[in-house]
Amino acid sequence: MSTQAPTSGPQRLVILDQSIKVLYQSILVLSLYFLFAGHNLPGGGFVGGLTAGAAVSLRYVSGGAMAVRTAFRLPSHIVLGLGLLVSAGTALIPVVLGGAVLEHGDREVGLPIFGDVKFVSALAFDIGVYLVVVGLVLMAFAAFGDDLGPIESTAPPEPPDGTGREAS
Amino acid sequence: MFVLLALHLVVGTAAIASGRQLGRWAFALAASAPAATLIWLLTQAGDVVDGSPAVARFEWVDQLGLALDLVLDGFALLMVSIVSGIGLLICVYAIAYFAPHDPAGDDTETEAHHPRAVGRLAGMMTLFAGAMLGIVLSDHLIALFVFWELTSITSYLLIGNDDTNPRARAAALQAILITGMGGLALLAGLIIIGQAGGTYRITELVADPPTGSIVNAGLICVLVGAFTKSAQAPFSSWLPGAMVAPTPVSAYLHSATMVKAGVYLVARFAPLFAIAGSWRVLVLTVGSATMLIGGLRALRQTDLKLLLAYGTVSQLGFMMLLLGTGLDHIALAGVVLLLAHAAFKATLFMIVGIIDHETGTRDVRRLHGFGPRWRVTQFCAVIAAASMAGVPLLFGFISKELALEGYLEHGDVTGAAVVLIVIVAASVLTFAYSARFVLGMFGVLAAPDADPTDIALTRDAHAPGWLFLAPAASLTALTLAFGLVPQSLDQFVDAALGALHPSAETVHLHLWNGFTGAFVLSSIVILGGVLLTVFRRPVAAAQRSGAAALRFVPTADRSFNALLRWTGVTARRVTATVQNGSLPIYVSVIVLVATVVPLIAFVGDFDGFPQLVESPVHVALVGAMVGAALAASIVRRRIAGALMLGAVGYLMAGLYVTQGAPDLALTQFAIETLSTVLFVLVLRHLPSSWSHRAPAIAAPMRVGVSLAVGATIFVFALVASGARDNVAGPQQSEVMIDSSLPKGKGHNVVNVILVDFRGWDTLGEITVLLVAAAGAVSLARTGRRRGDGGPTLEELLDELEPATDVDGAVDRELDDLDVEVPR
Repeated sequence: MSTQAPTSGPQRLVILDQSIKVLYQSILVLSLYFLFAGHNLPGGGFVGGLTAGAAVSLRYVSGGAMAVRTAFRLPSHIVLGLGLLVSAGTALIPVVLGGAVLEHGDREVGLPIFGDVKFVSALAFDIGVYLVVVGLVLMAFAAFGDDLGPIESTAPPEPPDGTGREAS
Repeated sequence: MFVLLALHLVVGTAAIASGRQLGRWAFALAASAPAATLIWLLTQAGDVVDGSPAVARFEWVDQLGLALDLVLDGFALLMVSIVSGIGLLICVYAIAYFAPHDPAGDDTETEAHHPRAVGRLAGMMTLFAGAMLGIVLSDHLIALFVFWELTSITSYLLIGNDDTNPRARAAALQAILITGMGGLALLAGLIIIGQAGGTYRITELVADPPTGSIVNAGLICVLVGAFTKSAQAPFSSWLPGAMVAPTPVSAYLHSATMVKAGVYLVARFAPLFAIAGSWRVLVLTVGSATMLIGGLRALRQTDLKLLLAYGTVSQLGFMMLLLGTGLDHIALAGVVLLLAHAAFKATLFMIVGIIDHETGTRDVRRLHGFGPRWRVTQFCAVIAAASMAGVPLLFGFISKELALEGYLEHGDVTGAAVVLIVIVAASVLTFAYSARFVLGMFGVLAAPDADPTDIALTRDAHAPGWLFLAPAASLTALTLAFGLVPQSLDQFVDAALGALHPSAETVHLHLWNGFTGAFVLSSIVILGGVLLTVFRRPVAAAQRSGAAALRFVPTADRSFNALLRWTGVTARRVTATVQNGSLPIYVSVIVLVATVVPLIAFVGDFDGFPQLVESPVHVALVGAMVGAALAASIVRRRIAGALMLGAVGYLMAGLYVTQGAPDLALTQFAIETLSTVLFVLVLRHLPSSWSHRAPAIAAPMRVGVSLAVGATIFVFALVASGARDNVAGPQQSEVMIDSSLPKGKGHNVVNVILVDFRGWDTLGEITVLLVAAAGAVSLARTGRRRGDGGPTLEELLDELEPATDVDGAVDRELDDLDVEVPR
């Protein structure tokens, strides 16, 4: 039984593909945990974003740049810009409400399963950071990644067309 | 006044936008702006002439004291009437000029007659007119500068409007390079004067002009700006080149208005600063040289339009001589000359445009005289040329008489006698080239052995329609009227002069001043001019041999091109040395500068080692790190090196864990993972091993640079950890930890610092991330896309050189042909 290869060409590693499918989801959940737990436990938007980036890089290993591009509904630059918008908005909304820049508020909300959960508006700021980091990683893959397929498959060396130029 | 400026902007934009639909009728739309200005001017004129200027003020940024002030005083009134009056006539003229009917043979401007190009032209001219109004109305030096540069830019776009013609592009480039350079000098000069005077308001500077050597330096800069704008020697070469523009543009910008901006500025400043420093010496020398050179060159042209262009250069020099002295009697002549020149030169340009439009040529050798239906046109040309030559009963005569009288009787400046001789000599030349214009138009200078079709071209040429001729005819009427009844202008000129020289006597212009010294000189001028015209063949021969003898002297054109070439070559050499394309060298330079310079500062603050080892785990971790780092520097394959660097990072994360910093460790861990992956991505584009064929920098140097960086970081870490107690105080971290929960509502102090206490920093950092991402992406895309990045400087220069060497081309032509052949 072989998985359907999204990219034609080199042979794909079934075990790698399947395990990445599982790992990808798990790591994304972990990154969200880091994001939300960050205010009280080790973690935060930056670490969360980096973890999500690592998950994305796994997708790249299995499916190439195409898989990265389809990982999120939104294009990478939108994710990046959205992140900055959220963070800057969080910083500026208190000013509109008559407070200082970056002033944060908090509110405890009773939820059915989790009990009393405290929401801090700083979380929104952290979500912005998270999105910026994820967008950055996505953009890096879009810019530098190739659509040639998995990394292991690039058997032929790069042709000396000048892209491998150094120390001229 | 602001409404008028805005109107120009709106009308200009509308004309550009609707060019495709309106075609040449865009000029009818464009005419609305100068027409509105003239109507407004009529409502204001009474008050202004009575001595109360109209003012308008627009508060822009009140807190910074930024406001835009416009003042319409007597002199501005005169300039605005020229700008808008000629502008209106030019718009009417242009409607006919761009009419599609063209006789065969006119292939030079077909592209320029494209509806969109014509609409663009109309809009640009309106925008230019707005900027020009801004120059003469601004009461603030910086606002004046901004409008000044706007006229340079619109002039560039108008000259280069026919963007498929390489000559037009080159001429436009030359014009903006020269006037732009002058503009920079002007900005420097205006800032110096504004700072020295403590105000940028012209009216306040007039009340209390600053003095001192620094002001003199500023004035020289201002003069350089004015000289480039008004095409004074040695910056005059762009003006003849600009004649590739359609004739309405030449008539408007490059004879009647824009080139007078420099004269305007000099006229404004001369009463305040003429006595200071080297102002008068510079103005008089440059003005004299320009007046003579322009006249001499005009005499040699076979192209009627170029003849007029050099004539304009000469007349601009004349204006500098009159308005730059700072003496009220001489300035009076300058004010009148401004008006007279606008009237006759615009007429002549319009007539050249008519000839060009109807016959397809402007070359005197191909003009064989026109049919009887051209009588009115010829009459206008003769009157305008005679006014330029200074023939009595015409407007030009009045100004020339005043100039001669001014220098004869009130010229108490050093070198006044020399300037007077220059004016007389150049006026003789002016008479001669005016006569040449008329003779050329009547076909006296035509080549004798022309084939019959060529002769028929002018003989049977279609006469211009009334719309085409009306603007030139009305200006001719003014030339005649003001020549015969100059008294009608008394109040107007008096107000203009009074704005410059409040102490000047009341102006009384006369047609006839009696047998004064000035009249004797005028007669000499006319006599000399007639002689030069009668003996034009020997004169031309003498000029040619003179030019041949002086060929070794670099002309302004050649110097300009040589300077451009030299700049290009030097820039390329500097770039080749500094930006040699070697990444190792770039990186070495960057890190050396970033490390060695602070290292010097760090060493001074170094105060002993802290406790180095706290637990055995440290020894194991650091040992592994050192091993990995060494391995990274000696492995042969790039990918192995990247992995070893990753190992160093992971071990570092381990150190954080042992020191009780889980957040740092987590972040470090995630970053190492990602950066290793990204390394691998990039490394795919590079050869798998390091090349040893041609190392850009030798191995010892690489080692040296690495050691220097390592040492700096080592010292930095020690000094930074030691300095924390001194700078921030030992309690700082405790304060943050204690206030984390009550103030930041979070148990994780690191995160609270990031999103709350130091939230600004984080916001800045993610912005930097965004910029870096955009940069990296565009870099990667540029690397993949190769090829054309527009023309290089060399290509531009090659394009520029033949087009700007107008005079050299004329020389070569004159060597080949005997121009002056009698019939």
